[in-house]
Amino acid sequence: MHDSRPDPDALLAHVRAGDGQAHRAQLKIFLGSCAGVGKTYAMLVEAHERRRAGIDVAIGVVETHGRSETQALTEGLELLPARTVEHRGVQVRDFNLDAALVRRPGLLVLDELAHTNAPGSRHRKRWQDVEELLAAGVDVHTTLNVQHVESLIDIVAQVTGVNVRETVPDSILDRANEIELVDLPPDDLLQRLREGKVYVPEQAGRAAQNFFRMGNLIALRELALRQTAQRVDAQMESYRRAAGIAELWAVRERVLVCIGEADRGLQLVRGARRIATALKAEWIVVHVETPGQVRESHAQRDALVDVMGLAEELGAETVMLTGLRVADELLHFARERHVSRIVLGKPRLPWGAWLPGSLVQRLMSAAGEVDVLVLAVRAGLVAPPRPAAPRGPVDWRSYAGTLPVIGGCTLLAFLMSGVFELANLVMIYLLGVTVVAVAFGRGPAILTAVLSVALFDFCFVPPRFQLNVAGTQYLVTFAVMLVVAVVIGTLTARTRDQARAARARERRTAALFHLSQEFAVARTVPRLVEVAIARVRDVSGARVALLLPGEHGVLAAAGGDSDLFAPADHEMGVAQWALDNAEPAGLGTDTLPASRALHLPLVASGIALGVLSLEPGEGAPLTDPDRMRLVQTFANQTAVALERAQLAGRAEAARVDAEAERARNALLSSVSHDLRTPLAVITGAATGLRDAGEAMPAETRRELADTIADEAMRLNRLVGELLDMTRLESGALVVRREWHSIPEIVGGVLERLERAAPGRHVALRAAAHLPLGCVDEVLVGQAVNNLVENALQLTDSAMPVEVAVGRDADAIVIDVLDRGPGLAPGEETRVFEKFYRGQGRRDRHGAGLGLTIARGIVEAHDGQLTASSRPGGGATFRIRLPIGGEPPPINREADDREDQVS
Amino acid sequence: MNETNAALLLVVDDDAPVRRFLRAGLTSEGYRLVEAVNGAEALAQAATRAPELVLLDLGLPDLDGFEVVRRLREWTEVPIVVLTARGQDEDKIRALDAGADDYVTKPFSMGELLARVRVALRHGARRDAGEDAGPVHVGELVVDLARRVVTVAGVEAHLTPIEYRLLALLARHAGRVLTHEQILRQVWGPGYATQHHYVRVYMAQLRAKLERDPSRPCWLVTEPGVGYRLREA
Repeated sequence: MHDSRPDPDALLAHVRAGDGQAHRAQLKIFLGSCAGVGKTYAMLVEAHERRRAGIDVAIGVVETHGRSETQALTEGLELLPARTVEHRGVQVRDFNLDAALVRRPGLLVLDELAHTNAPGSRHRKRWQDVEELLAAGVDVHTTLNVQHVESLIDIVAQVTGVNVRETVPDSILDRANEIELVDLPPDDLLQRLREGKVYVPEQAGRAAQNFFRMGNLIALRELALRQTAQRVDAQMESYRRAAGIAELWAVRERVLVCIGEADRGLQLVRGARRIATALKAEWIVVHVETPGQVRESHAQRDALVDVMGLAEELGAETVMLTGLRVADELLHFARERHVSRIVLGKPRLPWGAWLPGSLVQRLMSAAGEVDVLVLAVRAGLVAPPRPAAPRGPVDWRSYAGTLPVIGGCTLLAFLMSGVFELANLVMIYLLGVTVVAVAFGRGPAILTAVLSVALFDFCFVPPRFQLNVAGTQYLVTFAVMLVVAVVIGTLTARTRDQARAARARERRTAALFHLSQEFAVARTVPRLVEVAIARVRDVSGARVALLLPGEHGVLAAAGGDSDLFAPADHEMGVAQWALDNAEPAGLGTDTLPASRALHLPLVASGIALGVLSLEPGEGAPLTDPDRMRLVQTFANQTAVALERAQLAGRAEAARVDAEAERARNALLSSVSHDLRTPLAVITGAATGLRDAGEAMPAETRRELADTIADEAMRLNRLVGELLDMTRLESGALVVRREWHSIPEIVGGVLERLERAAPGRHVALRAAAHLPLGCVDEVLVGQAVNNLVENALQLTDSAMPVEVAVGRDADAIVIDVLDRGPGLAPGEETRVFEKFYRGQGRRDRHGAGLGLTIARGIVEAHDGQLTASSRPGGGATFRIRLPIGGEPPPINREADDREDQVS
Repeated sequence: MNETNAALLLVVDDDAPVRRFLRAGLTSEGYRLVEAVNGAEALAQAATRAPELVLLDLGLPDLDGFEVVRRLREWTEVPIVVLTARGQDEDKIRALDAGADDYVTKPFSMGELLARVRVALRHGARRDAGEDAGPVHVGELVVDLARRVVTVAGVEAHLTPIEYRLLALLARHAGRVLTHEQILRQVWGPGYATQHHYVRVYMAQLRAKLERDPSRPCWLVTEPGVGYRLREA
């Protein structure tokens, strides 16, 4: 197979580029009753018109079937290159979707909407290509014969006897912006056929000839006309509704369709759609799962999934119900949803409907005001008969288990045989049959019944120890035993099945419950991903990976078995497609089904947030619908949880941004003022010194030089504070903890302060026997320094400032006490805010960050810094540093004697 | 002071204004100057001009400042005073451990710089002379290294061997900062190089015995984050 797929990235970029000018792409379908009416011709004529109108028209595929008129019409229109695929040694030319997406014409002409693509194409069907083209914003004109419309194929089959396999879902007709009926009276068509103007495929020559019978053509034409008329009707209705034309509506109908056996379900669904459309009713398709069906084969389940899929495609709501009795469950649901009609298929056997206890009977008797419609559905008309459900392997052990029971019964009967009558001995065997039926089920019980009668006859009925074949009177015994075996065995089996169904349901519910519980706890996206992968892996048994879009929406593995995707692997492209189109792709879907893995988009609020990829493991195919439903549910839950997490993250980011913005503004206004003032002073003093020179008295020169030095130091302090603040806020602060004596640190700070500003004395009181603190001496020193400087600035030199170091139960406490103006109510916390300057706090030294930095430092030590008013006036700033354990011991061996100096 | 004032200093800084004000300040104190703008030039000048002291900025355009210290120390004992920016304690320690004698933190006052230069020159001179000078006087503290006697205001202090070794080390380098690691290596031995709390505990003991107010030491001064210094009078 030629892999002419273009680079997905380029494709993606191309698709994105188109998003800006996105308009809702237009789909026009040229509908005809059958081949040869001139659909392609009409389409090409219009294409030329559009082109003349200045629209960028390109032809994707046109089947001219060698007709010269049609061929001539393709002249002058751009024909996109076809894709060549080798299929079983034959070169097949097919529509090249990727080329069309790259080319992006304004209007693409694409013949044969119902066409099935060559194997290896991205989509199985051409209508899926069209959907993707429309989604990418490309207008499409296409052709369709009415017999390919999904909901009509049963009628077509009835009328013409031809089973149509290539179908187009009704939804795409509903999607079409315009449907143009290309009509030709049957007489003219037959005339054209005779003239050889209608292409008839050689290989299907005869069949096709049969197809083009007058009766067929009339019927098909009627179908096409009706289909178009219905659409016009619907358009009229929506117009009236949109235009606000009031009309008294009958009570809105709601139709409930019950799917029993899957093979006839497809027809039932199509029939029901016709009814629902005619009634303009909503319709719901349900399947009631009963305990007995738990044993259904995979094939049956697959068929059911197909039916439900078709129903959804045709616009129905689908529901799976679980219950003991189908009728009760249906009626309950019908009442709940105010259903007006229940539609079901006619039972297989002609008299089946009238059997007491049949579904039809039960519904009729209990339906009350709800109409019950029974549709005639012929089985096997469309769907090929599905292979019979394979029975589970016979468990020989349960049959072997009957032998000891029978042996025991015989032994017991032997012991009793002299004392009791034969009739009582039979009771022993009956007991045995009951036991086996309860323990092993129906089959072994029947075996036990047969063996029991034989043994009883052989061992006890005279003449003893020979089989008395003529012993007809024990036929009654045998019959009773058989009935008991069957009844009890069946009951047991049913109970078991019910229990199994309940367990399966329980498991599903529990799995879902666990998932939602874990999601509730997991707040971050990585944690969510982890949870989702673990749970999906549990239920699917597959290898699982979760991919999230990174920059430019390109997927990257976020977790799981990421080796599922070798880099630049084909699978990654498939997953990307699933994300971009918000549709499942890969294994088991209609899109790129040849992939190794199934890729489910995680869609929430209509947006694909990621992709869940499953590669089936050994012996765990992804076909079990139960399991897949659960996986799909998990995917949905994951999508919702992801969306929640992303929204929360975005809200948080926005909040942080706003806060940062506010802080930046405050910083800018405050800092620009604080920085400019000393700069202005320095500039003035320095230029004064330079310009005046010797003319200036020595004393003034000295003063100016002092001013410059002072202001430079102030500037230095300011810059230092800003740097410290930045380091604190960016988390770049490194705390180098070592064991220190806190009073020593404080003493060092006071000593340096006194040297810098002689004349201010700060008293230090330190409690005796304080433990060492594990702190960063530089940082704690700076915190104390900032507090003391703050106190010194607020008080004049006559006011004492003191520092007391003590301890409480679990912390070393440093108090900085002043007799300054104290704190106004509410200032206790505000003084620590950035750039805060209270009344009288014209901080001439810093940017108003000193206290903020001190608090940041203390908190980096897991301590607290608090401010409070001091009794008797002034303020107390208190640092509490938790005492964290014991310092390492000191080895004094070498130094245990004093006074050994000389 | 006259003989020291004639000393030849090598100033290494890539910033012209810094060199300009250093030149102004130092030459007015009578020092002679050689200037270098990068590490390579500094090494060349140091080798050819044989300065008595090197003032070295750590942030050089070509060579790492520490690298310059290391290469100088390969062949010369010339005193090196490094100029560092604020908040770079690790840099100071690295430079000191690499062999620098002292550091000055930018921005600094001229007075501060001159004091450091004088101390460094004196140590250099003493090292060159090979003399083990007499008693070290720091205020009322006298450390007689020859007789191994320590007195405070004339009263002999009783020290343990380790305490004495610690004090003697600081006294021999009076005025200079010594890093924790340098102290630990020389007093306790290389095996103790990371046991910083040893220094602290013994320093506290020393202060208790020698300082008037041990909680606010006047002579045995902590250089926060770097080490200790015995302050000169």
